[in-house]
Amino acid sequence: MAFKLQVEKRSADPPRWLPAATSIGAVVIAFIISGIILTIIGGDPIRVFSFFYEAAFGSWAALSDTLVKATPLILVGLACTVAFRMKLWNIGAEGQFYIGAFFASLVVLLPIVPAGSSRWVTIGTMIVFGMIGGALWGFIPGFLKARYRVNEIITTLMLNYIAILWNNYWIFSKWSDAGFQMTPVFDKAAWLPRLADYAREFAFFSGMTLHFGFVIALIVTVIVWWILSRSKWGFEIKLIGDNPEAARYSGINIARNIVLVMMFSGALAGLAGMSEITGVVHRLQERISPGYGFTGIIIAWLAKLNPFAVVLVSILFGGLIVAGREIQPSGLAQLIQGIILFMVISSEFLLRYRVSFFGRNEAETPATPSTPEAETA
Amino acid sequence: MNWEVIFHAGLATGTVLLFAAIGEIFAERSGILNLGVEGMMLLGAMAGFSMSLSSGNVWLGLGAAILAGGILSMAHGLVTIHLQADQVVSGLSLTFLGTGLALVLGEGLTGQTAAQMTLFDIPVLSQIPFIGPAAFERHSILVYIGYLLAPAAAYYIVKTRPGMHLRAVGEKPAAADTVGINVYAQRYFYVFVGGCLAGLAGATISLSVSPGWYSVQTTSGQGWIAVGLVIFAQWNPIRAAVGAYLFGALRRLILDLQGPALILGMTNPLYVNSNFSFFLQMTPYLLTILALVIGSRQAMKKRLGAPAALGVPYIRGERGA
Repeated sequence: MAFKLQVEKRSADPPRWLPAATSIGAVVIAFIISGIILTIIGGDPIRVFSFFYEAAFGSWAALSDTLVKATPLILVGLACTVAFRMKLWNIGAEGQFYIGAFFASLVVLLPIVPAGSSRWVTIGTMIVFGMIGGALWGFIPGFLKARYRVNEIITTLMLNYIAILWNNYWIFSKWSDAGFQMTPVFDKAAWLPRLADYAREFAFFSGMTLHFGFVIALIVTVIVWWILSRSKWGFEIKLIGDNPEAARYSGINIARNIVLVMMFSGALAGLAGMSEITGVVHRLQERISPGYGFTGIIIAWLAKLNPFAVVLVSILFGGLIVAGREIQPSGLAQLIQGIILFMVISSEFLLRYRVSFFGRNEAETPATPSTPEAETA
Repeated sequence: MNWEVIFHAGLATGTVLLFAAIGEIFAERSGILNLGVEGMMLLGAMAGFSMSLSSGNVWLGLGAAILAGGILSMAHGLVTIHLQADQVVSGLSLTFLGTGLALVLGEGLTGQTAAQMTLFDIPVLSQIPFIGPAAFERHSILVYIGYLLAPAAAYYIVKTRPGMHLRAVGEKPAAADTVGINVYAQRYFYVFVGGCLAGLAGATISLSVSPGWYSVQTTSGQGWIAVGLVIFAQWNPIRAAVGAYLFGALRRLILDLQGPALILGMTNPLYVNSNFSFFLQMTPYLLTILALVIGSRQAMKKRLGAPAALGVPYIRGERGA
């Protein structure tokens, strides 16, 4: 058998293990490429990656930090998953995150619940407001797309910038704490409980910053999974995404679903913003997100739009962010993310085509193989 | 506030959007949506600045920027043309990749000063009242190239034979293929052209408009505005140029509005409370959304639209391609 690269279209669905295998393979290759780039610019990839591992997963405290970063990532990852299932390109999770945080802050700063309310009343109201804020920010591009067919990619992106400027206005002026670019620290009633709060009972937890937002994220994951794969709405979303024509003929209201899915997606991203300010920073301030909304896009894609996979991928990326904070050059984590996403979408070719390195028997090959130029694949 | 100054600066900053938008028009006309403009611009800005810094030659800087944008765009080309990946996701990852590369490679460039483009006047034309001082005085060569680029691109796309091939590939690739046009080669070429122009747009910022390297702040979303502009312009280079210069003027206006204590005889709220400038800074982004709404409504009415094959991978021999 001669060595011969052959590419042909798959006639049946790829084996069940293949999507996960290609994703993992893509991540591995992405790390190898990142290592090569690191070597070229004069770094030591082995040291950098072992540092990455130590900083992200090396100890219980490190793991706790990683899960703290994974919390908003899970929620924005789910936000993107929901929208992408319908091929609705919500690139605005970042903005929805900020507006969610803003609305949640309103609860404490206006205030909407009277000062001295119990923790669960305060937190509960903040959850609702965070989600409303995000949904509102998702409504705008959803409505514009449904009504005027305005490209949602650009509008959601533009709204990101607007959301950040909007938040800046409030923290620089009305809500500024003694001239600093942040609001005063919230009342304790608006803090999500953390592991460290129980250090007196369990000494093991001392210093651990993991907060209740992680539990919320896991609960939301199950809910989103149920909606997407068990409910009628989830079926409609998937049908519109896969075949809008068929969806239209079967009487599904596409315009309504565009608006609803965009709002749902925005609400999840808004919840991420709420969780971040009540669980981590305990005030509204600048740069509460180091680009979570964008990382969420990569996470959703890497997870193949599967809610449970989103959790796993988010933990990996949480680790990447934790380690990336302490490493120079600062763009490295972003670069690795970019390479990972590129490898993932390239690997999807393998799901649609069968690639074999040794030409198979003539009898097995179909009569008219639809092969794009094999040598470049 | 001096309108002459605002138009002068508008033409200079608008050139950035002009290059990026026309590059994207070429790519999209061939059927490939490239959302990586922001990343290619950022990499171009970094490469141009870095090269100009190390060599002391702006022209080498420009060349490096063009090449950097072009090479990066080929990643998108390979993934979307041969591997038939989703163009939206690939474009997004190109932005991540370009941004990450630019940040990593541009480490330590902040705060340095490199050689810049020289500014010069165009004789005779600069004597025209008002227009002359705004459009033909104290500009870099890039601005003057920009004036020529838009009509040249429009002529190329609509009137020339290669331009017709370009449109055929973007509208009906299967038909183009049957008459012997190499669809893949055409698409690679125009994605490359788009990347080169985006790289040039980045260098226009870092070597001329606001010289220096300010990490992601260097482009601050202008690549995305350029993508929006293409839709507003309905894939027409002339309309894109008008939009680009208007946005450029707007950026300058925002800066100028914050200075004076009085505007048209009234107290300037921005002078009293500088925090209102946050709302002012929103205007380019708000106007992009508005421009998109206008563009989309017109497109709906006139039944105009994107190139028919935009975003659809071409697979030879497959039905519906």
